[in-house]
Amino acid sequence: MNIMSFIEIKNNEAIPMQQIPVLDYALFYDEVTHMLHNEQCHCVNYYAVQEPQGLRLICCIADDQTHSLHVASGIVSQQKNSVLKAITPLCSGMHIFEREIHEQYGVDFEGHPWLKPVRFPFDRDDTASQMADYPFYGITSHELHEVGVGPIHAGIIEPGHFRFICNGEKVLHLEIHLGYQHRGVEQLMIANENFLSASVLAESIAGDTVVGHNTAFSHAVESLSGIPLSQNVHLARTIASELERIAMHTADLSALCTDVAYQLGSAVLQGLRTIIINTFMAWCGNRFARKLIRVGYEPYPLNSDTVNIIIRNLDNYEKRYCEMADKMFDMPSVLARFDQTGIVSEEQNRLIGSVGMAARTAGINRDIRLSHPYSFYKNLDHEPVVLHSGDVKARAKIRDLEIRQSLKYIRKMLPQYVFGECDNPGSGYKLQPDSFVISLTEGWRGEICHCVLTDNTGKIKHYKIKDPSLHNWMALALAVRNNDISDFPVCNKSFNLSYCGYDL
Amino acid sequence: MLRTVKIVKHQGRQYIKDLQKATLPLLHNGLPEISSKLCPDTCTSCVEICPAEAISKNPLTVNLGQCVFCGECGRCTEGIIRFTNNFRVATNDSSYLAVSFETDHIIFDPESVRKEIRMVFGRSLKLRLVSDGSCNGCELELNATDNVNFDMSRYGIEFVASPRHADGIVVTGPLVENSAKALELTWAAIPDPKLLIAVGACAISGGVFKNSKALNRSFFEKNKPDLYIPGCPPHPLTIIDGLLKLTGRIKPI
Repeated sequence: MNIMSFIEIKNNEAIPMQQIPVLDYALFYDEVTHMLHNEQCHCVNYYAVQEPQGLRLICCIADDQTHSLHVASGIVSQQKNSVLKAITPLCSGMHIFEREIHEQYGVDFEGHPWLKPVRFPFDRDDTASQMADYPFYGITSHELHEVGVGPIHAGIIEPGHFRFICNGEKVLHLEIHLGYQHRGVEQLMIANENFLSASVLAESIAGDTVVGHNTAFSHAVESLSGIPLSQNVHLARTIASELERIAMHTADLSALCTDVAYQLGSAVLQGLRTIIINTFMAWCGNRFARKLIRVGYEPYPLNSDTVNIIIRNLDNYEKRYCEMADKMFDMPSVLARFDQTGIVSEEQNRLIGSVGMAARTAGINRDIRLSHPYSFYKNLDHEPVVLHSGDVKARAKIRDLEIRQSLKYIRKMLPQYVFGECDNPGSGYKLQPDSFVISLTEGWRGEICHCVLTDNTGKIKHYKIKDPSLHNWMALALAVRNNDISDFPVCNKSFNLSYCGYDL
Repeated sequence: MLRTVKIVKHQGRQYIKDLQKATLPLLHNGLPEISSKLCPDTCTSCVEICPAEAISKNPLTVNLGQCVFCGECGRCTEGIIRFTNNFRVATNDSSYLAVSFETDHIIFDPESVRKEIRMVFGRSLKLRLVSDGSCNGCELELNATDNVNFDMSRYGIEFVASPRHADGIVVTGPLVENSAKALELTWAAIPDPKLLIAVGACAISGGVFKNSKALNRSFFEKNKPDLYIPGCPPHPLTIIDGLLKLTGRIKPI
């Protein structure tokens, strides 16, 4: 490893921009591909920033063994219609990042097998390209047929278009075309000096991962402005993050039951989720933990009453949950639908750079809570749940096991919270000028990455958000291959990916 | 079988028997109460801090169509704005969403509801959701309206899978350019008479995304919602309360 090519930093460590090595593209290409060939490394973000001298490519690679992040940058002088050698043929997990850069800046990646639009952002390079003209993979065979679903789906769910190529009932290929939810979040974060407004925006990146994204945002800004945080703040954020995990995992298990027509599981788990989100309501007045996390302090410090409510709710939840989950995973009619359905192998997951539950159900121990710990996870000795079968059953089971683990963690953390010791909201925070920070969190879906760059006056110059869904939609597309199309809903639910987190 | 019976028994009664009598914890940010006390002349701190640009001065007004209920304005040292736990904030006319010191509840005007809505949909209403740039927060709460706790289908109100089966659409999200066509097509696919409902700050005003260049709100310029349900996201009780008022199932105050 060439020390001059990468700078090694930690999660939430702000550094001056000038410390990031700038390489010419040929060297950048060699170094990045070389590092990604190491199995313990994966790319957490790769994107481009427009600078006066050209396009600056920034690649952030996480080494899960050494707990460090390696950042390198490449410079491309004439960006318009420039042609670069694609990294994707050697490291296929990079496909989505290169597609993003291509779509945003018009850079052509030579040798990229699938250089298609990602989300049709309003500030895309080729404004003539339209959603309606998305270049779907087509077929000419008379024996196969296509099924188009969406963008608006048959239920209370976000929009996206799914195009299946089927041989009878069997799915041969699925292509997922998103972008219908694009709101331009990243652009709104830029130059936003009102941290409250940016925090509210971060909560709305994906409204089901409020804690995950808002923690990532808050840590990024706090690192850039050097705000010290008390242990209580870290504890509160970690407890909230685990509560969010329990709530969403329970909702997903309920939805999985719905999709295999197991009415009891569906209804009971819905009701159990209510207990957890109402715990947030009792803590901060919002069922999704909005307004719970703010830059630099805790707006809703825990007190003994709140802690008692949390403990009472967890006890009530746990008893009823365990009974229900044990029964559910004993039901032959449920297992028959989950078992060996929608398999994504370890090799496939590694190739596409899966994160979160998708990776962990296929034998890949990838979890930011362990590899790049933040908040109170540093003191938690987290042991990720890793399963191996990569099917719907594993993705259901991992939720069950993680719920039980989260319950344990929350119980362990609550007594360490010191009542009455809370920070006051600060004001006039100033971000370090010309600086860069990576903020990683492990949301309930998986790895969330926010990369922030400031300009020479300390304003946010560039904000890059990566939701775990950016990688994992491809896992869903692979999961349904050679499965009956009627199993698509249960496969989809077993991932429960975010449309708006992908579309931004 | 015995296990199943036990599980059912251990859940106890899950549904909220009388939604009219239900209350929310005091921490819930519902209808704000604005004191008649005058703000210091030069102070504009709440106007500046508001992430949704929902507050204007002279007189001090909070527009619930924009408000994300973050409650930060309630932290003002003068104590002028205070959020109550009153969740009944849905209305059929957006002008009623401007809350000033004179407001003690959100007005819902049954007289201005189109006659056919009550005649045709009073006892059964099937809705289709169009998520148009929404963050999934409103979707989670819309889903919750029909879970075992809130059980909205007891009123004959349900979400259906096709616009052809629907009596109206519920729109969430700030309305984005990339979904503009899908929204128009869905609206056109619903047979008349039909109704339009805007759920959440994003749908009503663009919310925190209102300055984004990715939006296209022309649909709401052409079509006026029959019901506005503010919130970020609105609580299921707010949603159900609004729908019941619109269909004439409960009498507005």
